Amino acid sequence: METYSTLREFADSWFLIAMFAFFLGASIFAFWPSLRSDRENAAGIPLRDDETALCHKNCATCSCKISFELEQKNG
Amino acid sequence: MDVAKLVALGLITLIAAYASDQGLDAAFRVHGFIVFVVAAGLFIGVLRRFGEPKPAAVISDYNDGPVRAGVIATAFWGIAGLAVGVLIAFQLAFPVLNFEWAQPYGNFGRLRPLHTSAVIFAFGGNALIASSIYIVQRTSRTRLFGGNLVWFVFWGYQLFIVLAATGYLLGATQSKEYAEPEWYVDIWLTVVWVAYLVIFLGTIITRKERHIYVANWFFLAFIVTVAMLHIVNNLTIPVSIWGSKSVQLFSGVQDAMTQWWYGHNAVGFFLTAGFLGMMYYYVPKQANRPVYSYKLSIVHFWALIFLYIWAGPHHLHYTALPDWASTLGMVFSIILWMPSWAGMMNGLMTLNGSWDKIRTDPIIRFLVASLAFYGMSTFEGPMMSIRAVNSLSHYTDWTVGHVHSGALGWNGMIIFAMIYFLTPRLWNRGSMYSTAAMNWHFWLAMIGIVLYAASMWVSGIMEGLMWREVDDQGFLVNSFADTVSAKFPMYVVRGVGGVLYLGGACIMIWNMWKTIRGHAPVTQPVSQMTAPAE
Repeated sequence: METYSTLREFADSWFLIAMFAFFLGASIFAFWPSLRSDRENAAGIPLRDDETALCHKNCATCSCKISFELEQKNG
Repeated sequence: MDVAKLVALGLITLIAAYASDQGLDAAFRVHGFIVFVVAAGLFIGVLRRFGEPKPAAVISDYNDGPVRAGVIATAFWGIAGLAVGVLIAFQLAFPVLNFEWAQPYGNFGRLRPLHTSAVIFAFGGNALIASSIYIVQRTSRTRLFGGNLVWFVFWGYQLFIVLAATGYLLGATQSKEYAEPEWYVDIWLTVVWVAYLVIFLGTIITRKERHIYVANWFFLAFIVTVAMLHIVNNLTIPVSIWGSKSVQLFSGVQDAMTQWWYGHNAVGFFLTAGFLGMMYYYVPKQANRPVYSYKLSIVHFWALIFLYIWAGPHHLHYTALPDWASTLGMVFSIILWMPSWAGMMNGLMTLNGSWDKIRTDPIIRFLVASLAFYGMSTFEGPMMSIRAVNSLSHYTDWTVGHVHSGALGWNGMIIFAMIYFLTPRLWNRGSMYSTAAMNWHFWLAMIGIVLYAASMWVSGIMEGLMWREVDDQGFLVNSFADTVSAKFPMYVVRGVGGVLYLGGACIMIWNMWKTIRGHAPVTQPVSQMTAPAE
């Protein structure tokens, strides 16, 4: 029980603060202004795949990155 | 290397042969026999190819063989799990379906864990493994780490499913919801899961892309947390090394709390975090747009991870669990509403500007329906975790309805989207064989879910109200059997909903078959499709 009490006191004081500080840190990090381009870059990761096998077939239904780029250009 | 493999497989074969003969119970003997057949087969396979030169490993392309196998396994186990679900739904409506000749293997009590494990771990788990290894390779721009270790993960996981499923039917269970498999099956899953972590983490470490894409954060959280939950909730001591029975290390309310800490986080990390990883890849990919807010995805990832782990005690309102603990669980469940909806909004808003695709693209429609059900069930869940609401909803069919709007709606629909997304890509076809069949599947599944959820709401709330109804003298009005007979029409509607959902999935199987077998129709140029003028 002694171990339990010590751990319990530590868990709902210092460790709770540490976890909350980590969460606040992660949130601030996410919105850090100078990292904006990093975020945009990361958001584009799945769209920069090479789907050569599909795109070269020029099918009507498959989604190719060319159409995305065109869409971006034309608004 | 081959010699070491032969020695290991030979030893396993011998031990399994002994276990299949000398095991203390039927489940253990059957499992011994299954392991014996698998190990002996592998032994012969290794022996036949002994000393043959190994083909040089291809490293220039993505390792998609296991993803192909995973997609097929997902579809196969999906049909199996849904079919058992339909059967047990009708067993509840018509108890005569607990056939006398099939006892004790075919009764509801043994088929129910078969259904839950088949849909969660076999259908959902294979979808998660296939998706995660497809996505981590593409978003890291590198081949999967660990060579053939991924095949061990895939087949090892299938063996786990077979051992778990046959164990339930033969009566081997730890009686812990969603953690029914006995000790040796748990140990096997731990080994497979560590291998899974190695290939996934190895791929992330050897990535060419500087940033770790958010989908991989969710997959990693899913793999690591499920490992932790699985090990802690399965701390048992086997009664005998030659038998399937084991005894829990925890007892009483501690055991109950550990179980629901596990149970709710199985929902939180298996069916939510992992599936959000799928969502963060398939939605941007299919909509051809970057995710709506990458910043929001980071914040909601950490919020979800920090909050979900505390929500378990809401399963134990009005039990021996101290009030402070169940209040804690309830409060965290309600806070959890926000990061859940952040994820839903982030997915839906990704479609901003291409909402027209809901009309034209069946995969987008599956994804949007999935996110809508995610939003609905993550609102319903926090509401049901409130103690006062829980006193009405707990132990009733409302809970069953809630689980299924999450499982059939959120998980099921996104898995169907995954299958329709991956099948043409993995088998190098332009698109699925039939778009009409995809639309049929979508509407059958939607009507199925609506029938299921609506009937269970009616049934659950009616049941809860009947249980607490007292007359002016303070006596309970209804006996338990009264509520059972009152629920009959809703049980039939629920079963019909399940049949429709299963029917939709069968159409998907046909569509996959046609696509994979290469019956895709040749795309004709527009000019040939116009009928000649008379």
